[in-house]
Amino acid sequence: MTARKRKRLKTAADLKKLRRKIEGERDSEAKCVRVCVGTGCAAKGANRIYEQFLQAAEESSSVKVETKCTGCHGFCERGPIVVVDPGGILYVGVEEADVEEIWRETVLGDRVVKRLLYTDPSTEQVCRTAEEIPFYKSQQRIVLAGNGVLDPTRIEDYIAAGGYSALAGAVESMKPEDVLNEVERSGLRGRGGGGFPTARKWRSCRDARGRIKYVICNGDEGDPGAFMDRSIMEGNPHCVIEGMIIGAYAIGAKQGYIYVRNEYPLAVTHLTKAVAQAREYGLLGDRILGSKHSFDIRINRGGGAFVCGESTALMASLEGRVGEPRAKYVHTVESGLRERPTDLNNVETWANIPAIIKNGGDWFASVGTENSKGTKVFSLVGKVTNTGLVEVPMGMTLRRIVEEIGGGVRGGKAFKAVQTGGPSGGCIPAEHLDTPVDFDELTRLGSMMGSGGMIVMDEDTCMVNIAQYFIRFLKDESCGKCTPCREGLAQMLDIFDRITRGEGKAGDIDTLTELGALLEGAALCALGKTAAYPVLSTIRYFRDEYEKHIEEQRCPAKVCRGLFIYEINADACKACGICKKNCPVDAIVGEKKQPHSIVQEKCTKCGTCFDKCPFDAVIKV
Amino acid sequence: MPEGAEVVREIVERYERDDGMLIPMMQDLQAEFGHLPPDRLRDLAFCLEIPLTRIYGVATFYSSFRLAPKGQHEVTLCVGTVCHLKGAGEISEAICREFDVEAGGTTPDRLFSFQPVNCVGACALAPVMIVDGKYYDGVTPASALEILQGLPAEGEESQSEDES
Repeated sequence: MTARKRKRLKTAADLKKLRRKIEGERDSEAKCVRVCVGTGCAAKGANRIYEQFLQAAEESSSVKVETKCTGCHGFCERGPIVVVDPGGILYVGVEEADVEEIWRETVLGDRVVKRLLYTDPSTEQVCRTAEEIPFYKSQQRIVLAGNGVLDPTRIEDYIAAGGYSALAGAVESMKPEDVLNEVERSGLRGRGGGGFPTARKWRSCRDARGRIKYVICNGDEGDPGAFMDRSIMEGNPHCVIEGMIIGAYAIGAKQGYIYVRNEYPLAVTHLTKAVAQAREYGLLGDRILGSKHSFDIRINRGGGAFVCGESTALMASLEGRVGEPRAKYVHTVESGLRERPTDLNNVETWANIPAIIKNGGDWFASVGTENSKGTKVFSLVGKVTNTGLVEVPMGMTLRRIVEEIGGGVRGGKAFKAVQTGGPSGGCIPAEHLDTPVDFDELTRLGSMMGSGGMIVMDEDTCMVNIAQYFIRFLKDESCGKCTPCREGLAQMLDIFDRITRGEGKAGDIDTLTELGALLEGAALCALGKTAAYPVLSTIRYFRDEYEKHIEEQRCPAKVCRGLFIYEINADACKACGICKKNCPVDAIVGEKKQPHSIVQEKCTKCGTCFDKCPFDAVIKV
Repeated sequence: MPEGAEVVREIVERYERDDGMLIPMMQDLQAEFGHLPPDRLRDLAFCLEIPLTRIYGVATFYSSFRLAPKGQHEVTLCVGTVCHLKGAGEISEAICREFDVEAGGTTPDRLFSFQPVNCVGACALAPVMIVDGKYYDGVTPASALEILQGLPAEGEESQSEDES
């Protein structure tokens, strides 16, 4: 398809006509090569792969082949991913050198290149399509349905797949109240962390006094280890935009903002393009599809501050100020951005809206658990075999997510914990793996849903070190406005620094618990209130590790430097000299052909010898 | 310098002199000059008729703003949870030690600016290092140093100890 001139759509019927026209222009026989160019695959050279396919398609005269860049498929572990239609043949780990063979065999010859298919390591079964791969089998995709299928830079692709028809239906035949009721029936709860019922938030904002109202999409996905929102904004920006237009219609807002994290350049590019294309068709702007609803969206890039994911801090940032939160005794739905009623929802929440309006609230509510409806996207990462993005119905057990979809712990190590909810979440140990995942269950375990990061930890992970990591992260990101957060986190980090150096004192655990309770009760915003959760949950489930650090000055996982030493196993040492050559402080001695040893007085425990030794002769004791 | 002031005026006009758009203005300014030169911030305060302290407050609060010129190359190291689990801390230490640079600083020879960031959202690639926009996956302390030692420099370069 060449660049088309986009004419303003004046009615809902125009949209239907356009959709039929796009479909009509498509050659149903045409083959299609879809290359994932999400950040993960792009980092491994997917863009070059796409260009080669594009070139091959342009040079080919015998067959008509469409080449498409798509967003993230989720199976980032095995990227770059290339899918060939018809048939949905899915190739993993594709390299530039493979393009020619795929073109010759699969595109032209309808044969499968077996070596590029995914093989299930446990059953050795070769999988041709996504449906056959265990990673995808148990997933249910509502939000991610378009990811990996649609070209995020072409609005026509989205429209052809039924995009914006929910909006057309809403403005044509639904009153704002009907939209609200439908969302209410769906039971949708905010996907950003809090889990507040979306319809209630919308209704409060609509009922709030004031003529000018705003809606905001929170794309400041700051939780380390989480990239759901990034993948949605990159891979299917129009579903977020459509959700916002519908929400604005229900609320009565004329202006919307998408606040995107600065570290996500591709998301900004795709959203900017998508907004411009939607404007050309009149899907944004005055009198959308001939209705009385007028609405536009502006995209703002964040400045790189974690606290700006908090709603009031985000609004301060949108006003061109320092991102400091304020107390919320007056809710932002009544007085938010520029002191006007403002509704703020997370990217994934907005992305659910078109499907809810299209299929009905009851359909959405049929998925999930009693109080948590629908699906949830998780970024399954850490020491798990299949790193990637997964979307599962609420209520699936942690065990199924980690073992069935994630393929279990990497390298045959033992599972220790899964951390959910980002820096404000907690660590859930093995004994609770059979817990169904929903908002309430995770809270009960002392963690939370958060935005959906799920970080798997194995036996080599030190839980004290992880808690320290999160406290350091939050201390650095604390805005400094309220004392409990500013001073409390500094004190906690101080204690952690001592413990991990082997200078822990009796009573440290109690002090940490006390400080945690103080933060929860006295901090100003959610960042501070929940900052101690990683500490409290690791103390709750892994108290013995803390005790070993404090009482025996020992780190059982051998992570905390100072609480273990490096030694060379004389039997395994081949005297190759690599460790000696690489040691930055000349702490390794040994003659040629003699096993080497480490001079402990000189060793700074940097771990270079451990990493470099080709024979695993350097050991931690 | 009238030329620099002209750039500032143009950026301010781009956003219709709305001081609510201060952050995008400063982002544009940084894109233009590579950092935020003090003189241009003064121009910005003058154009918008707002106190310079507010601009400095914003410039120092958000980690993406830089008040000093950056190095020839830009090195970003992800230190998000997954990268941390997989050893990003050691990589950061190795870089700081080898190149005599602080996190957030620039090497003495201005070869590169080193910025550890909290997760770039590419966890499947962990640990990740980004050099001038190019992503490197599965980085180790040794491979990180190798990549950085291979960076083309204009002036003299530090001693190299590649083995492979």
